[in-house]
Amino acid sequence: MIEAAGEDALLIRFGDAIDSALPAQIADLCQRIEALELPWLVDLVPSYTTLLVIYDPITINVLDAKARLHPLLSETPSADQTKAEAADSRLIELPVYYSEETGPDLAWIAEQKGLSVQQVIDRHTADTYQVYAIGFAPGFGFMGQVDPTIACPRKDTPRTKVPAGSVGIANQQTAVYPKPSPGGWQLIGRCPTVLFDEENLSLLKAGDRVRFVSISREEYLAQGGQL
Amino acid sequence: MKGPGAIRHGLRVINPGIKATIQDLGRKGIRHHGLARGGVLDLRSAAWANKLLDNDRNAACVEIVLGGFRAEALSACEVSITGARADVTVNGKPVEMWQSLFLAPGDELAIGHARHHRLIYLAIRGGFETKEWFGSRSVVEREGLEGCGPLQPEDELPADSFDAPQGAPRIAPPQAWQWLECPPVLGLIPGYQFNQFQPADLRRLVTTEYAVSDESDRMGYRLAGTPMADPPPGIVSEGIVPGAIQVPGDGQPIALLADCQTIGGYPKPGVITSLDCGLLAQQLPGARVRFEWTDVLSAQNQRRLFERHYHQTVWSEDGRSLHWR
Repeated sequence: MIEAAGEDALLIRFGDAIDSALPAQIADLCQRIEALELPWLVDLVPSYTTLLVIYDPITINVLDAKARLHPLLSETPSADQTKAEAADSRLIELPVYYSEETGPDLAWIAEQKGLSVQQVIDRHTADTYQVYAIGFAPGFGFMGQVDPTIACPRKDTPRTKVPAGSVGIANQQTAVYPKPSPGGWQLIGRCPTVLFDEENLSLLKAGDRVRFVSISREEYLAQGGQL
Repeated sequence: MKGPGAIRHGLRVINPGIKATIQDLGRKGIRHHGLARGGVLDLRSAAWANKLLDNDRNAACVEIVLGGFRAEALSACEVSITGARADVTVNGKPVEMWQSLFLAPGDELAIGHARHHRLIYLAIRGGFETKEWFGSRSVVEREGLEGCGPLQPEDELPADSFDAPQGAPRIAPPQAWQWLECPPVLGLIPGYQFNQFQPADLRRLVTTEYAVSDESDRMGYRLAGTPMADPPPGIVSEGIVPGAIQVPGDGQPIALLADCQTIGGYPKPGVITSLDCGLLAQQLPGARVRFEWTDVLSAQNQRRLFERHYHQTVWSEDGRSLHWR
């Protein structure tokens, strides 16, 4: 389904609810649109269930832009193909130093959930997450789904400053804050990897898969992590 | 922004006022990294500032919030000032806005406080050649990129060298600014969650007035009016565009503007047209605005006509009118 989103964008909907099969489908459509090298295409913004196609309305009008994209939708791969493609999508490993000193909410989550701190860490590192969308801040990747046994709501009062690299949980989502910013996610550790810089932009892309790997304090510092 | 030893052309900021930033038409192709588009809030005023100088359409200018800006010419240059009305002087002597203006080296340009509206644009012949981020000179303050912030006293704004004024100064025709004096009625293109809003709430949106609140910046303007009775619940976050009207649970709309986030989870009944985003952005806190429904093709035609006028008209010799090529 393609609909206009204002004067210079089209929104393509893939579903109504969060579904781990969608990021690969959306990433696949992005690739097929990019391959056409459309001169009027300005940007593609994937999110959980949608793809926002931003175009230049001076060069093409809404009807022609829709007509050009429409045939691509019927070629959308079946669920089986998507699963196969998801297996080849980029897998990124992000090291995390999980600790009291880098994850001020780690002990709180363990207590709330009746788990040990180590169990919380084990469950966070056990799954491979989908990157559903980049947003909120440059390079901030919304990832899911977190094991329900460690899922927890955002803080009632957001922190005014969350340090760069902080790894957080909000409901069944997880993310790394690329830069210091205010934020309400429950913090469990810190990642030394640079997630956004002016030259390479966002490390993560919607459609990528991410696995967190637990590292020691020494490894964290050796990889450039700050305390 | 200082080039030691280099010959300096352009302006030196003496006082930027409350807030002044460099803006062009914004960044392209970077929103999927979570970066905002940025760009001038008021397309019309900024375009006229550049048109007065025959600049490239995307030339960077200074967007000055509420006025109070002072700068010194480092070299001979030609500038133009458009947007909200303010008293403007060169070396203390009054000069007109909406005209091209010659400055000699050492001249002091002073822009007073904006009356009735919010944004003033200062352009220079050839455009300001400040640092680019992601292919654009637009500054998005909230992203906190190093060096990408509002202007500070002593900042130098480089521009191309300029020899001497050629021909008569240009004077913008009344159509350049008349729209700003009209009661603000903003064209709204239905979209996104339009169908999930209650008919009574949609009617309220286009039949009542909204006041621009104090909580208004380059990310968006909060509007206050009769709240919607029953806005739809939050949605799964999706890509949003500047101009989108989002309605949180309190039923009071927020109009997103150039520096807005790239994805969001509030329901949206529609998107303000690109030119009317400028009309909204020009309103001061307390000003009242109305919405009226329009459609995508009408909005696109209006914008295309505006762009075509920019590219396909030339100044008459006396600088007082424009003619189609």
